[in-house]
Amino acid sequence: MTINPKKCVACGNCTYVCPMGAIYIDPVIKRATINRTECVECYACYNGLSQEQLNPTVVRTMRKIFQKMRLRFDPEPDVCPTSAFEPDELTWPRVVRRAFSDPRVPHESTGIEGRGTEEVKTNDVSDRVSVGEVGFTIEFGRPGVGVWFRDIQKACWALAKAGVKFEKKNPITSLMSDVATGTIQGDVMGEKLMSAIIEIKVPVARTEEIVRLVWQIEKEVDTVVVLGVGTRCDADGEENVVAPILERLGYKLERAKTNTGLGRITNSSEDRTNEPASVGAGK
Amino acid sequence: MTNTLHRFGDAESFRDDYIVFAIASRGKNDEGALEKLQRFLRMAIPFKPVNLGDARNGGSLRPCKKMHPTSHWNRDMKPDFEAVVKGFTHITTAAAVFDSRVAAEDFFKAVKEAELGLSINISTSVDGAEQCCHVAGVPRHSVGYSLGFEGKTEKLPNSQVLLLSTMCGHGMVANSLAKKMIDWVKEGRRTPEEAASYLQRFCSCGVFNPSRAKRILEDARVSTK
Repeated sequence: MTINPKKCVACGNCTYVCPMGAIYIDPVIKRATINRTECVECYACYNGLSQEQLNPTVVRTMRKIFQKMRLRFDPEPDVCPTSAFEPDELTWPRVVRRAFSDPRVPHESTGIEGRGTEEVKTNDVSDRVSVGEVGFTIEFGRPGVGVWFRDIQKACWALAKAGVKFEKKNPITSLMSDVATGTIQGDVMGEKLMSAIIEIKVPVARTEEIVRLVWQIEKEVDTVVVLGVGTRCDADGEENVVAPILERLGYKLERAKTNTGLGRITNSSEDRTNEPASVGAGK
Repeated sequence: MTNTLHRFGDAESFRDDYIVFAIASRGKNDEGALEKLQRFLRMAIPFKPVNLGDARNGGSLRPCKKMHPTSHWNRDMKPDFEAVVKGFTHITTAAAVFDSRVAAEDFFKAVKEAELGLSINISTSVDGAEQCCHVAGVPRHSVGYSLGFEGKTEKLPNSQVLLLSTMCGHGMVANSLAKKMIDWVKEGRRTPEEAASYLQRFCSCGVFNPSRAKRILEDARVSTK
């Protein structure tokens, strides 16, 4: 993303809307500027700000006059008054930043839509996580901190060493040059993302071991981590297998996403593989 | 992406936060899914959702790309549910957000009766979703628990900011904007409703809960933290 200095009036609205805090007013040029190292190409500025097409010279003059008179501006905080944001043509490997950070675009780098994880949302038709299994989504960088690929690499190596199976249809897995060792291709290591999810599946018996392993990984990475744990309920809709393990580990289970089981396979020629991703970005 | 799962807060704080969403699976039930997803969204309107959205086009309150200068004094703050339904042109996830358990339960019952064949998920407190399923007589199929934020949590802002910003799991609602809105409400520069509407426009898939945001901003106004 670029901010056109000819249009920018340094109103500062955009400095607050950047989830990574990567926009600042450069005191030398007196224009909003993007720290490209920290920018994750999420497009929150470009897509989220409403846009006016005011004349930059007029706006700057008015702002100078108001400033001299010590008058406080009170504009709408979610508007770019001069439509100064201009998307760049992203190339490899920087394009992976947008693929992992802008929820509106398909995964340009991998071909997978959204940020590519399914967990149990379509489990009623996909059987992605079967009875006796636990699906882990280990997300790095969320909320609002971001994550470098080098930290994700550390986590993948540690998990691979523990012999877990990485979910095939996952953007991180698709960037691995060697899935067995969890090695991600080297040319993306210098890229920062809004967040990324490693997805694995293990037998229920390994739940505690994996949680403890993630606790170890958390000490090695310079970001925040959030764990999602998906599992099947019994025929009565009860789940009394995984929850007690998590509670014993000290977790208080406050929030969950519940698949209600209303999904049905309705396609005339059903794809019997369990691989296809859901259609569109996830919730 | 686990966009609605990892909202910050305890179970009590989700008492006015129920997200019911429908999703199709490619190769399984995506044939004719566009009409079914549209129907899902349209069915939600009579149950008075506080937001409605699709993962590609956004929610019921969106940024304006050609804003008129005078609109600063006449800002549109009313959700446009019809526009969400009519603008649903690609198969993607469709979501309805409710601030009342009863409304969510009633809507879920209606969805069950409609037999859409899509995967229907409820994202809220563990007990809240269980209750919705119980009322509708539907046994839960699978559950995905959120275990909360860990690791270098010293990098996170205070809890009031997190309560607001994590309502967009895609991270489009910046912590700094949430903090700014809390400050503006404290200063009396904007009402909680106005502040919530600014935040809502940044959510790119329509799952932000403006009603819960308004309550959090009201609480934050008098909070000393």
